[in-house]
Amino acid sequence: MTKTKKTADRIIFVILLILAVIMLYPLFFILNNSLKGKFFISKDPFSLPNAETFVGIKNYITGIEKTGIISAAGWSVFITVVSVALIILFTSMTAYYISRVKSKVTTVLYYMFVFSMIVPFQMVMFTMSSLADKFGLKNPIGMCILYLGFGAGLSVFMFAGFVKSIPLEIEEAAMIDGCNPLQTYFGVVFPILKPTAITVAILNAMWIWNDFLLPYLVIGISTKYKTIPVVIQMLVGSNGNKDMGALMAMLVVSIIPIVIFYLTCQKYIIEGVVAGAVKG
Amino acid sequence: MQKTLKKYFLVFTLPTLAAFAFAFIIPFVQGLYLSFCEFTTVDNATFVGFDNYIKAFGSGQGFLYSLGFTAAFTVVCVITINLIAFTIALLLTRKIKGTNIFRTVFFLPNLIGGIVLGYTWQQMINAVLYKYGTTIVSNPKYGFIGLVLLMNWQMVGYMMIIYIAGLQNVPTDLIEAARIDGATSWQTLIKVKIPMVMSSITICMFLTLSNSFKLFDQNKALTNGAPMDKTRMLALNIYDTFYSKTGYEGVGQAKAVVFFIIVALIALLQLSATRSKEVEQ
Repeated sequence: MTKTKKTADRIIFVILLILAVIMLYPLFFILNNSLKGKFFISKDPFSLPNAETFVGIKNYITGIEKTGIISAAGWSVFITVVSVALIILFTSMTAYYISRVKSKVTTVLYYMFVFSMIVPFQMVMFTMSSLADKFGLKNPIGMCILYLGFGAGLSVFMFAGFVKSIPLEIEEAAMIDGCNPLQTYFGVVFPILKPTAITVAILNAMWIWNDFLLPYLVIGISTKYKTIPVVIQMLVGSNGNKDMGALMAMLVVSIIPIVIFYLTCQKYIIEGVVAGAVKG
Repeated sequence: MQKTLKKYFLVFTLPTLAAFAFAFIIPFVQGLYLSFCEFTTVDNATFVGFDNYIKAFGSGQGFLYSLGFTAAFTVVCVITINLIAFTIALLLTRKIKGTNIFRTVFFLPNLIGGIVLGYTWQQMINAVLYKYGTTIVSNPKYGFIGLVLLMNWQMVGYMMIIYIAGLQNVPTDLIEAARIDGATSWQTLIKVKIPMVMSSITICMFLTLSNSFKLFDQNKALTNGAPMDKTRMLALNIYDTFYSKTGYEGVGQAKAVVFFIIVALIALLQLSATRSKEVEQ
């Protein structure tokens, strides 16, 4: 390695370090202020807490009492996990069927799923939430059904792309051994789909966990089934930014689960995002 | 085998199709129809032809203003995000120590939801502006810059990941050959690396384009359109038309149809761009 390359690398390292600080600063900012008394935040938001301003976890206690964010986190987890499980199970079966059985119906269905991917949510938000109201879907289970339907486009598309690359011989062998289509699917095909299933699960989990408008419109703000983004929106909307300490604390609380999830499944998340971007 | 499987149509597809009908097909068809109706709920609609579309573009709706604001925001974001992300990707493919940690840090903001991000940045920007006795909602310029900063902060890591994947696929012997021929590193970048990652560039351009154009959560949280709807993007404009005052549901639905058509055109453009790339290779 030449000397100039070494110096260049050192400069680049410093640039990257500065960028990393910029990237992490907003998170540090809310964490830092969440530990200060609410009257000190607007006065001196950039200093570290000191003996006068430090209030420990007081903001967290107020915030949790005020917003019920713990129960919201529970519903967020419930809706995300159940929706993703339903999406993986049912859209992979659908994708398998419409890729293996070639008919006019399956072709039309395939293009309808692809089409749904490009339709923005605003196009269907009013009619979808009134339909959900009419059929009693304004509850966590109903939300999961809606997520299955709204996530079906991308998920069927990604599964179908992968099913096409699986050689038919394996399934034929299973059929000859006396398996019915369901046994063939769960015994032979589904295990092969696992890498795509992980990608689909991650893309959908990221979207559903962070989704604000669908739960806000369908479940609303007056029930006990609020999710984390809805609770955050309400905290700001209802008390007009007055308790900034509690807001900072609740922002921190809502980011922590994401950071933990990211650090534990980083490899899968990054691979999944790349695969999803290339296909979508 | 097809024949046996064919009989299992409902077993394999019914749950997905039922949910898909509820969440998408019925609402979509109904929405299309209602854009030609006056209504306050879906059951009291009366057909009014193109009235809603005319009203949507009328003065007082701010739809054209939102369209212009959204377009300006989208152009700025597409350029800045892709330039920054590509530069970082170049820096991170030089095999410097700590590359993996940097990649992890840069990608992190992408996983945080728009509402949470929006309020985080609102607090931070207001903290800076507080020193000058103002807030983010007092001047539309602040809101615009705030939205661009937020969007860059969130999307740069995502695009960086795609560019890194593209750059790692450039064959090293090509770069070596260029170097032996006496190419400077700038020439290698322009003549070898960029042409080889054109498909990543296309993907990133369209991802940033459609994500910026459809932005809602961040806009709602950061400024909610203030001051005087001067920082209101298209998606938020449609939302406000539906839910801020009754009697304009039809106009909101007509705006949503126009929004859908623009987004669909962008998607078709992307499809044809990727198709023509595939032919070249």
